[in-house]
Amino acid sequence: MVATVETVEQVRAVADDRYKYGFVTDIETETAPMGLNEDIVRFISAKKNEPEWLLERRLKAYQRWLDMPEPQWAKVEFPPINYQDTYYYSAPKSKEDGPKSLDEVDPKLLETYEKLGIPLREQEMLAGVAVDAVFDSVSVATTFKKNLEEVGVIFCSISEAVQNHPELVKKYLGSVVPFGDNKHACLNAAVFTDGSFVYIPKGVRCPMELSTYFRINAQNTGQFERTLIIADEGSYVSYLEGCTAPMRDENQLHAAVVELVALDDAEIKYSTVQNWYPGDENGVGGIYNFVTKRGACRGRNSKISWTQVETGSAITWKYPSCILQGDNSVGEFYSIAITNNCQQADTGTKMIHLGKNTRSRIIAKGISAGRSQSTYRGLVHMSARANGARNFTQCDSLLIGDQCGAHTVPYIESKNRGAQVEHEATTSRISEDQLFYCRQRGIGEEDAVALVVNGFCREVLQQLPMEFAVEAQKLVGISLEGSVG
Amino acid sequence: MLEIKNLRATVDGKEILKGLDLSIKAGEVHAIMGPNGSGKSTLSYLLTGRDGYEAVDGEVLYKGRDLLSLAPEERAGEGVFLAFQYPVEIPGVPNTTFLKEAVNSVRRYRGEEELDAMQFVKMLRQKTKELGFSDELLKRQVNVGYSGGEKKRNEALQMAVLNPALAILDETDSGLDIDALRVVAESVNQLRSPDNALLVITHYQRLLNYIVPDHVHVLAHGRIARSGGKELALELEQNGYAGYLGTAA
Repeated sequence: MVATVETVEQVRAVADDRYKYGFVTDIETETAPMGLNEDIVRFISAKKNEPEWLLERRLKAYQRWLDMPEPQWAKVEFPPINYQDTYYYSAPKSKEDGPKSLDEVDPKLLETYEKLGIPLREQEMLAGVAVDAVFDSVSVATTFKKNLEEVGVIFCSISEAVQNHPELVKKYLGSVVPFGDNKHACLNAAVFTDGSFVYIPKGVRCPMELSTYFRINAQNTGQFERTLIIADEGSYVSYLEGCTAPMRDENQLHAAVVELVALDDAEIKYSTVQNWYPGDENGVGGIYNFVTKRGACRGRNSKISWTQVETGSAITWKYPSCILQGDNSVGEFYSIAITNNCQQADTGTKMIHLGKNTRSRIIAKGISAGRSQSTYRGLVHMSARANGARNFTQCDSLLIGDQCGAHTVPYIESKNRGAQVEHEATTSRISEDQLFYCRQRGIGEEDAVALVVNGFCREVLQQLPMEFAVEAQKLVGISLEGSVG
Repeated sequence: MLEIKNLRATVDGKEILKGLDLSIKAGEVHAIMGPNGSGKSTLSYLLTGRDGYEAVDGEVLYKGRDLLSLAPEERAGEGVFLAFQYPVEIPGVPNTTFLKEAVNSVRRYRGEEELDAMQFVKMLRQKTKELGFSDELLKRQVNVGYSGGEKKRNEALQMAVLNPALAILDETDSGLDIDALRVVAESVNQLRSPDNALLVITHYQRLLNYIVPDHVHVLAHGRIARSGGKELALELEQNGYAGYLGTAA
């Protein structure tokens, strides 16, 4: 049976090499019993040796989750999720006692990350990027910890933060995304397993890019990571997350929560390159990416900037948002969402203007190919006291082929007469003229599509940190393979 | 280099070329002149493989090979270049990126090693210097916000960089004032060599004052109605195409 599965996987890997991250790491894991109930929540909490207050919060969230309806607003379709069909905890066994250094990390895991292009060995790493690697439910390694500690930056897994910095976790966890925010976030609050924690102290400019690399490996496993980033007064941090998963026939749930807090004069730049397995051409398998991301600009003159490149997942449901509380605070959202074959994406942002002279900027680029559906959904809210607030929104959709769809659903609520809201939107089809022009110059059809689409996304790609912009450009081309001709 | 025999072609099902014959040897410059709607642009798109342009009879041999069986990018790889009448804008793509992609695609097709960024920039600088163009043109997005003259100059630059064996110029003079026309024509003339051939498609004679052809053909009603030397162009300039319009089949 196992051999059959392996053969099938191998054949598929050869037949469909478009998704090169689709391999499985054969590693012994420790798994909680399948399904979800109060005991599972207690099991996870006990595994992590959590304090009582956190267990109580988890149990409260679990109770609330039971009665909560699924969010219905998104333009996505999928059969009801059977939450009892999933494992909520899976960890590589060697992790039991926790590796003290990379030397103690299972070599198979290091190999996995190397295959993914994320070598964890510090000497081999891209200079200046610290990585936290999350494998299924646990963080397996965090690099450059020492260098960061010297300047007072805390960068560790959230499980470690619970043990070592409980006062910070207790104060900020759930303060931006309350556990009852929506059903997916509520599930996360009950069963979150790992994720990254970042604290940048007052006045510190984080000396390197921080990055988390999420990997779902085990079968039938959900990944429920929780990330919390706090930028104290006058600090700056740039953070990047990347994600991949093996190719599997069943859908896997990924319900993450990310909370950002920026205090006075602080700035957080958060970039995502999301490349979860999207399913095959017929829409079999793939990740359900149901993610709640929100940042609070609590302080004056603070700034939070989201950049996302969404190319993977069978279904993407995410709205990285900014609550602009502090006067003069700034929120930004730069997004590229690419859907191909049977993928569905419903993504956008919410900019909630509460403080005076708050500003927000939204640049969203959607590219749909195959039979996919892509929706931009956004809210710009100007509260009564947001005097002098301004927003600029631009949503551009590009269609490839004649069986896909692009939808733009912008909500604007203004309770302040002086607030300015601008919205621009375009929808266009990839032009035959452009493709022929490229091909006449010798550029093959798929390369031509990649070139035109990269041009279309340029404004957003420019927001990514240098090292990742190149990767993202390639990813744009790869995701659209097979979309023409 | 190029042998077109009894070519019949349709656009969206309508027959536009009705038995066209043309023979071009290496080192020659041929001009095709004709009234609007005579099939001039159809010929250029057919030779470069645009969708919707279909040959229903006859053959086109390029260096002895059946040109029409190749995909557009393969024809480019084989050295066929079209300077577009209306160059296309590609927003967000810098000219340099576009050119590098084109050059390396062609090199890959030919089994040659790709140029790295340094080698490419060096080659590009050289070409712009030879043509007397400013580097500023390179930094801009492909044809976005260009004046008519700049667009045509950009086509000439692409041509210089790709150094095609057969270059087809489709109404390169349209939309150009006399100064821009001279600049573009000069850069085209620099490409003339015993190994290359040019096919200049034009409505007016004035371009041919600058790019002097060896042969001039009049295209009317989908076939070559008359061929001659460069003096034929002058005659057309004086008498117009009226004499050829009456010969409708």
